[in-house]
Amino acid sequence: MTTFTINGQKVSVTVEDDTPLLWVIRDTLGLTGTKYGCGIAECGACTVHLDGAAVRSCATPVSAAEGTDITTIEGLSTDASHPVQRAWVIEQVPQCGYCQSGMIMAVSALLKDTPVPSDEDVDASITNICRCGTYPRIRRAIHTAAQMSPGEDT
Amino acid sequence: MGKPQPKSSTLGRRKFIVATAVAGGGLMLGFRLPVVAQIDVENGDGIKPSGSVFEDIEFNAWIRVSTDDSVTILVSQSEMGQGVFTSLPMLVAEELGADWEIIKVEQAPASRAYVNSLIEREFLGAPITETPDGRLASIWAAIAGSLATRLGKQFTGGSASIRFWAQPLREAGAAVREMLVAAAATQWQVSPAECEVDKGIVYHPSTDRSLGFGAVARAASKLAVPKHPVLKNPDEFTMLGKPVPRLDIPMKVDGSAEFGIDVMLSGMLYAAPRTSPVFGGEVKSYSSNSVMGLPGVTAVLPVPHGVVVVADSTWRAQKASQALEIEFNNGENSNASSGSILANLLAAETNEDGVVDHANGDVEAAFAESSQVIEAEYSVPYLAHACMEPINCTASVSSMSCEVWIPTQAQHQVQIAAAEAAGVSEDDVTVNTTFLGGGFGRRGETDMVTQAVLASRAVGRPVKITWSREEDTRNDFYRPMAYGRLRAALDSNGNVTGWRHRIASPSILKRRASFATFSGHDITSVEGAANLPYQIPNQLIEYVMTETPVPVGFWRSVGSSQNAFITESFVDELAHAALQDPYTYRRELLVGKPRFQKVLDLAAEKAGWGTDMPAGWGRGIAIHKCFGSIAAQVAEVQISATGDIRVRRVICAIDCGQVINPDTVIAQMEGGIIYGLTAALFGEINIENGRATNGNFDTYKMLRMADCPVIETYFLEGGLPLGGVGEPGTPPIAPAVTNAIYAATGKRVRELPIRNHDLSF
Repeated sequence: MTTFTINGQKVSVTVEDDTPLLWVIRDTLGLTGTKYGCGIAECGACTVHLDGAAVRSCATPVSAAEGTDITTIEGLSTDASHPVQRAWVIEQVPQCGYCQSGMIMAVSALLKDTPVPSDEDVDASITNICRCGTYPRIRRAIHTAAQMSPGEDT
Repeated sequence: MGKPQPKSSTLGRRKFIVATAVAGGGLMLGFRLPVVAQIDVENGDGIKPSGSVFEDIEFNAWIRVSTDDSVTILVSQSEMGQGVFTSLPMLVAEELGADWEIIKVEQAPASRAYVNSLIEREFLGAPITETPDGRLASIWAAIAGSLATRLGKQFTGGSASIRFWAQPLREAGAAVREMLVAAAATQWQVSPAECEVDKGIVYHPSTDRSLGFGAVARAASKLAVPKHPVLKNPDEFTMLGKPVPRLDIPMKVDGSAEFGIDVMLSGMLYAAPRTSPVFGGEVKSYSSNSVMGLPGVTAVLPVPHGVVVVADSTWRAQKASQALEIEFNNGENSNASSGSILANLLAAETNEDGVVDHANGDVEAAFAESSQVIEAEYSVPYLAHACMEPINCTASVSSMSCEVWIPTQAQHQVQIAAAEAAGVSEDDVTVNTTFLGGGFGRRGETDMVTQAVLASRAVGRPVKITWSREEDTRNDFYRPMAYGRLRAALDSNGNVTGWRHRIASPSILKRRASFATFSGHDITSVEGAANLPYQIPNQLIEYVMTETPVPVGFWRSVGSSQNAFITESFVDELAHAALQDPYTYRRELLVGKPRFQKVLDLAAEKAGWGTDMPAGWGRGIAIHKCFGSIAAQVAEVQISATGDIRVRRVICAIDCGQVINPDTVIAQMEGGIIYGLTAALFGEINIENGRATNGNFDTYKMLRMADCPVIETYFLEGGLPLGGVGEPGTPPIAPAVTNAIYAATGKRVRELPIRNHDLSF
């Protein structure tokens, strides 16, 4: 049994220890905002916050989540009011939208550590894949979010 | 409530209500709305949830007006990122005069009400209709039209949603507006001509009276539907042509948007496929016992070219599918490789006559009289679609019916495939379309439907099948590999007087619509090559249909994806051979084509064409028309002495006739360019031993944030007819970049992808 906190709620799950955290979040806990894209930590669609840091949950065994505090897209804010979410709407970022939960989680973690990132910071930190090609808008939205709330915690 | 009456519309009233009920359960695409649909009280064929005092009045297949004044617009096209969930309702709401702030949007069910034969006609007939030879055009139009009618296709593709739905949706909105006005006018005993509509309210200004849509909806719905509703003049538009925020975006920033992979049903099991690694291979034997003892595994069953493992979670199913002991008969393709397939294409081009897809003038005479002949060979590799959402499908099968939840571009194809696998009739298949995590043509296929339905049928419970990324990459219907040999005649002034292009490639339509490949033609193989925009007096474009072992399918922009690269690169070669500027050379070849010239000029002007660039930098230009729109792009590349390439900036000019939602057009240009740029730089499915060696994103490289150029988009509105925007952004980018590489380094890239070339200088 693995016990952790997710979006403020303590949960215990009984699955094989090698089960990726992603599938526990999606199938066991029913939080489907976190997406499966590759299973090998290449695309970032599965990004969640684990003790505040962005991790790719598809390559994180559930055993590594024992005792941790996890936030998924559903828990980033209760009303889509997080600056990154608001910036995503202002800049009209999503197309198909499938990668965007992971993008938003990756960006919100970046802004926590680097409240006003440079383009170089963005290039180095945001390595998630988007097949719709929303990258130009993501870049714009990151800067919009940074201006919106300098230093605001996630 | 009385007994249900016979169906009065083609929509299929009962099925429609079932689908609506599902939407209320949160399983369908759309806003999580309470079901207030009491669609037809008189027929007793509706749903009245407790506590609701409002009812929805159905006017037609797209519009319901509620007695609470809200308007629900049904979208028959699939939302795969291209924005139809907003742009199609805009068309309805504009003419209806609805209040956009309280508009509701719902994904429509599969229904013959949503068939648009123009789409099919266009899909199969576009390039040929533009050739001077109208003979083929008429044959194509007849075949495609009859197919569309016969199959009743509801399909999202061909950049067609706005182009072919704008008119019917505007008419639908205008008709309902006239009915609402007529009902209000009758109530007031005034002439409808004295009434006005604004934001969901009918006004009679001279007596200062007003009625909300909801107040007159019931009376209006009993009136005759106007046959020729009056549409607004464009100068009366309040929404069309203005940037309207997308309605699906709020759902896509908080995780609540429901994709196919997110579908959860009561009692549902999870499945993962294990298919033949060799294309065309079949299962020889497998041992269910090798996995039946693993946690949660409940079944292993055969499906075409493989098996499906069913378990109680996705992970357990995936893991067991990998652990399964299985042997395949590889069949006849196990020796095929990318090299051998390309060699076959080259041999076919050399040895076979092929068919003529376009001819004008006397090309042999042009070569005989030329002062310079330029020749080149080009090739492009297979490409996977790599939608971000891996292939999936959920099915629930009973002995009498079958319900499918799927991110699909092809609702009717889903019905056909599901009916066959479930052993029920097509009319007994309910299709629930979810959001699509990318489509790009891949989701017009139904292989995953067969798997899910067979699995659900076998285990007697709902089953969701989810492919691994590796299964997705290795079991695609790929953009075809293609080979082209080109020859051009120049006169002493460098003018191109003759153009011969022979194409060898596998045929997409041979599998998708074999009747349409008559006499060895496949127009999707030659689109963009057989309809050059340039005024070249002598042309011969031929196609040699060549079977290859790899399944091929529609990939964003289809034939234009390779033919724009090949023809626009070769035109660039001619410009340089003629010692002329590639922009002005094209411009002169476009004499008599003012729309093309304006698009080309706009791209060149915004890019600062002709201004100096630093050493190692180059600028390339390309123009292409497809799906009714003309796009020109200028790419700026920076290449290091060691050959590292960075695409720094892309200028895109587009004439799509008329812009409906400008921000969506910009987004589609950005997306189309990045999709095409990924392919140009990195894209290549490698075939070895009859199988794709690429599996995941570590071996099938994608463009990421750090690689992404600055993109600027500019519009020209050339007037009607409307052009598409989902695909036209993709074709020009590859030649714009390779032409820029030539400008920077003098190296001509004739085989994609670019990463295989040494660009050091």
